[in-house]
Amino acid sequence: MSGSNELSRRDFIKVTTGIVGGLIGAVIGLPAVYYLIDPALREGGKDAWIPIGKFDDMQIGVPYPFSFTRVQVNGWERTASSFGGYAVRKSDSPDDLLVLNSRCTHLACTVNWSAEADGFLCPCHDAKFDIAGEVVDGPPPRALDVYEEHRITEDGIVEIFFKEG
Amino acid sequence: MWKNIYLWLDERLGFDSLYANLLDRPEPKTTWWNTLGSASMFLFILQGLTGIFLTVYYTPSPDHAYDSIQYIMEGVAFGWLIRGIHHWGATLMVILVFIHMLRVFFTASFKFPRELTWLIGIGLFLATLGMGFTGYLLPWNQKAYWATTVGTQIAGTVPFLGEFTLKVLRGGPELSALTLQRFFAAHIWIIPAVLAALMGLHLYLIIKHGESHSPTKED
Ligand code: HEM
Ligand code: FES
Repeated sequence: MSGSNELSRRDFIKVTTGIVGGLIGAVIGLPAVYYLIDPALREGGKDAWIPIGKFDDMQIGVPYPFSFTRVQVNGWERTASSFGGYAVRKSDSPDDLLVLNSRCTHLACTVNWSAEADGFLCPCHDAKFDIAGEVVDGPPPRALDVYEEHRITEDGIVEIFFKEG
Repeated sequence: MWKNIYLWLDERLGFDSLYANLLDRPEPKTTWWNTLGSASMFLFILQGLTGIFLTVYYTPSPDHAYDSIQYIMEGVAFGWLIRGIHHWGATLMVILVFIHMLRVFFTASFKFPRELTWLIGIGLFLATLGMGFTGYLLPWNQKAYWATTVGTQIAGTVPFLGEFTLKVLRGGPELSALTLQRFFAAHIWIIPAVLAALMGLHLYLIIKHGESHSPTKED
């Protein structure tokens, strides 16, 4: 029976053990790798169009304040962040819309529009920006940030495109 | 070439004699009951691996423990599988270790020269139960919370030392964040280290003495 072509009982056990072991390893190992790298495979999915107000409510020359909150979910933890800004219409044309971020470019306090001062004032270190967002006075290194991408929907709602980060 | 590499390594590491001593040792006529210790050891390794994977997402804090497990079950690919194996493996391990102990008892294998193997085995059994007890709290759900409240209370009924023991187990008079954290430390570091050390001794003794013969009619 133990011709050279026959598998010995010993070798049979070795081979079977190897195959079964390999199968068990693969069945558990592959899902385990997927389990580890899963968060890296997730799309951010955080970019979104966000409505900020009716176009008709925005008066020419009067900054229109808006604010919104974004919730970020990281696994089992959620972080809510607030954002705000001002929509500034310069003329009748719907294209002539400037959407400013109200986060001060100095140390990120929130600036407020003051009709009296005819500018955005920052409460933290007395900075002043003009209606176009340019620095007039104070420590900020650059003009207010602008939400470049915005659109007006069919219902006349202004929306801005929000990118995370 | 492979043969030469093998020989070179074998000269320095001595696989061949390791193999002969560990896997090719003489065995008396045995039955499937004699495989339960190895099965327990396999489960211990499986629990270790799946446990390590679970700690990648699990958070031992009262604020997040429950949510992080929810996330493992629903948010991560194959999280249900890893947790499922760990969960059922834990129950199976306690059962297997217990049956292994019964087998050793019924074949009277605990007698000379294997008394120490048996004593170390008792330590292994207790440590395995300890793994179950500490692991049960970690999901931090109602069942876990009350099971641990009652379990630690039982320790508290011991005369004289009871109250102190209860405080040591809970990290204070009440179940709290401290309890969860120390149960976690015990579950992933302290008890596994004890188990691994005891298993090493256990195996050393088994290899030294060899497997006992099954009792015959004459015994
Ligand atoms: C984590 C738990 C344990 C592991 C991993 C383990 C592992 C092993 C292994 C691999 C063997 C070789 C033979 C066999 O499988 O039957 C063995 C034998 C033995 N075990 Fe365990 N064991 C554990 C728990 C226990 C417990 C709870 C006891 C008893 C209190 C015990 C007492 C013994 C004794 C006396 C032998 C020698 C049996 C003989 O030579 O026939 N073990 N153990
Ligand atoms: S943060 Fe606005 S001026 Fe400093």
